Amino acid sequence: MIEPRWLDGLSPDWPARLLHLESPPHGLWQLGTIGATSPSVAIVGSRRATFAGVEIATAIARELGSAGIQVVSGMALGIDAAAHAGALDAGGSTVAVLGCGIDICYPRRHTALRDRIIASGCLISEEPYGTPPFKYNFPKRNRIIAALAHAVVVVEATERSGALSTARWAADLGREVLAVPGSIRARQSSGTNLLIRDGVRPFLSIADLLEAVPELRSAAPESIFDALPAGPRGGIERFSPPLREILARMGTQPIHPDQVGVALGLSPALVASRLGALELAGAVMSLPGGLVARTV
Amino acid sequence: MPVTVEADIANGLPAFTIVGLTDRAIQEARERVKPAIRNAGYKFPQRRVTVNLAPAELPKEGTGFDLAIAIAIMRAEDQSIRLDGLAFLGELALDASLRPVTGVLPMARCLAAAGIRRLVVPVENASEAVLAEGVEVLGASSLQACVEYLRGEGTLVPGVRDTSQPGAAPEPDLAAVRGQGHAKRALEIAAAGGHNVLMSGPPGAGKTMLARTFPSLLPDLAYDAALEVAAIYSLRGTLRERPPTTLRPPFRAPHHSISRAGLVGGGTGLAQPGEISLAHQGVLFLDELCEFSRQHLEALRQPLEEHSVTVARARAAVTYPADFVLIGAANPCPCGHLGDARGCSCEPRQLTAYNNKISGPIKDRIDLVVSVPRQEYRDIFDGADEEPSAAVRWRVEAARQRRRDRAGHGNAALTGREILVAARATDPARRLLALSGERLHLSARGFFRVLRVARTIADLAGEDRVGEDALAEALHYRIEMAG
Repeated sequence: MIEPRWLDGLSPDWPARLLHLESPPHGLWQLGTIGATSPSVAIVGSRRATFAGVEIATAIARELGSAGIQVVSGMALGIDAAAHAGALDAGGSTVAVLGCGIDICYPRRHTALRDRIIASGCLISEEPYGTPPFKYNFPKRNRIIAALAHAVVVVEATERSGALSTARWAADLGREVLAVPGSIRARQSSGTNLLIRDGVRPFLSIADLLEAVPELRSAAPESIFDALPAGPRGGIERFSPPLREILARMGTQPIHPDQVGVALGLSPALVASRLGALELAGAVMSLPGGLVARTV
Repeated sequence: MPVTVEADIANGLPAFTIVGLTDRAIQEARERVKPAIRNAGYKFPQRRVTVNLAPAELPKEGTGFDLAIAIAIMRAEDQSIRLDGLAFLGELALDASLRPVTGVLPMARCLAAAGIRRLVVPVENASEAVLAEGVEVLGASSLQACVEYLRGEGTLVPGVRDTSQPGAAPEPDLAAVRGQGHAKRALEIAAAGGHNVLMSGPPGAGKTMLARTFPSLLPDLAYDAALEVAAIYSLRGTLRERPPTTLRPPFRAPHHSISRAGLVGGGTGLAQPGEISLAHQGVLFLDELCEFSRQHLEALRQPLEEHSVTVARARAAVTYPADFVLIGAANPCPCGHLGDARGCSCEPRQLTAYNNKISGPIKDRIDLVVSVPRQEYRDIFDGADEEPSAAVRWRVEAARQRRRDRAGHGNAALTGREILVAARATDPARRLLALSGERLHLSARGFFRVLRVARTIADLAGEDRVGEDALAEALHYRIEMAG
């Protein structure tokens, strides 16, 4: 059983990057092992994320994790949890910055995730033992997330999301901020779209992140990133023409099968059958509420 | 089981006792039978009268024994009354006229099965009782008419079978629903294979409307099946609601505030059939499925598995048939707007709780899940002409015929081994199925469910073997309840 330990500015593995803050924490409780100097990227976003958002956050974190880049996030529901899980799936390390005491598991359903994080990364918190998850602690912990990371990627956020506060902290610290764009009609992407309008770099693929923060490339083994696909699209050529026809009609925005059928003049039976085949091929994802979205 | 009514008249102070595990209604028969006999112009014996209902250990209830009790007492005094293997059913009024009772059809069928060939019932019940095969039905309007007939002095009205199809209320037609091709297709598959369906969609999308059109896709019931349904309605005394000769499958849509006993059967004394038995051979529609309590949904599990329900009471257990297609409708989430343009405002925790509520008890029994989106204004007002129910019903009947030629029962009822044989999946379809088990994490149960739906889709398409297309389509309707 690993015991939490107290770090302060004098500890050898105190993350030096925290000193960039105007008001750095006096000390941190830490549970697990932190790579004080390893390159880090924060992935943050809405608790109430869409399934596409969760999928994107997981995918980014997987790539970072397998490239040896530490993923920092806040262990909240939605995007945060997906980011941690993605990094751990890829065998990478991840840091969860908590807004409650180090001994408290919040949200409660993340007990299993918390154990995985402690095993191959760490939890940190500046709050004293036993502090409940007070609302006002979360904006404060966001500054630590921003400070620890070399760059912050916002996956999905509404205008009022806490993820935007992390992005603001990061911008103030001179960290690079990237936002995953969404449809202008998607409520869960309204915050990220606002960030992009205000000059934040859009995140279309991992290449954008590497271009923005060259240190990451030097930190990671070259070959890994070179193997990554350059663009977010591609690969639909492997499907037969009828399936391609459907894919071409679909965006990543969820759509109802009836709309596909009406647009292409296909019977509901035919649409269902082709969507079933595409889903099986991993090119389409079906979402609760009956909508489908393209994933390639 | 037929009940024998015996009467004994002995010397002693005047008294009138009825024994044989009777309920209150039968005890009160004493106060109806005595004045009825007197008001009919006969003499009630001023001696010690004992009536026994045999077999004595079987609990009995209801007012249908009045006539038999009166006849038994009069026969004890008057040897000119000849009974010749007749059975009697009916409630007596104080003026000796006969009143109709409930449950006549199932009782007549039971008597016929026990070898009784002639039955006297109140005139109003004659047309119902005569539907039972193998029993001659005589309608009596009063005690006098009955006694005169038994003395050979008068006649009773023989029951006549009314074969005219009553003008049943027209079923809503599928053509009345604009758009919703996806949902309509799922209902067609459900009608052809007897699969249970869950429709999910925001409030006002038309889920209820779609469900109400579902009976119009189903073929007429066979005569025997219709009789079974009529027998259940007769027990509940609701034949006026549903004429016994109608061949259309019943449609029941209980509100979620219904009691558990009302849903699956129960009540005091001998259990009454519930809504699920009233939906026998037809459709049970549960709107707002998630508003039904967990206990209610749990209670549906046994009937969905076994197509019958056993209600145990302290004194006896009753089994009623309950073979129905379940159509459920639910909002996709507590606020109802998940996947909708308005966006969902539910907390993740609420979503999980909500999904668990349906997925727990009856998920295993639902074969098709389909989403019903809110309709756009223009879809409602200038959509193309919609296909009428009659056209779909024609395809459904063809698919059912194909299935009957192959095997006995509905595809939804096939067991794992049976469906593997019946599906005769082509090699590409087998490969697809193997792949889907791996990619979509299908459980064994989910695997058979997909195969059953695919079998029905192939039946609809007139195909002997389940091919890739049928399988891929079935995969699309599978249960997807992430959260």
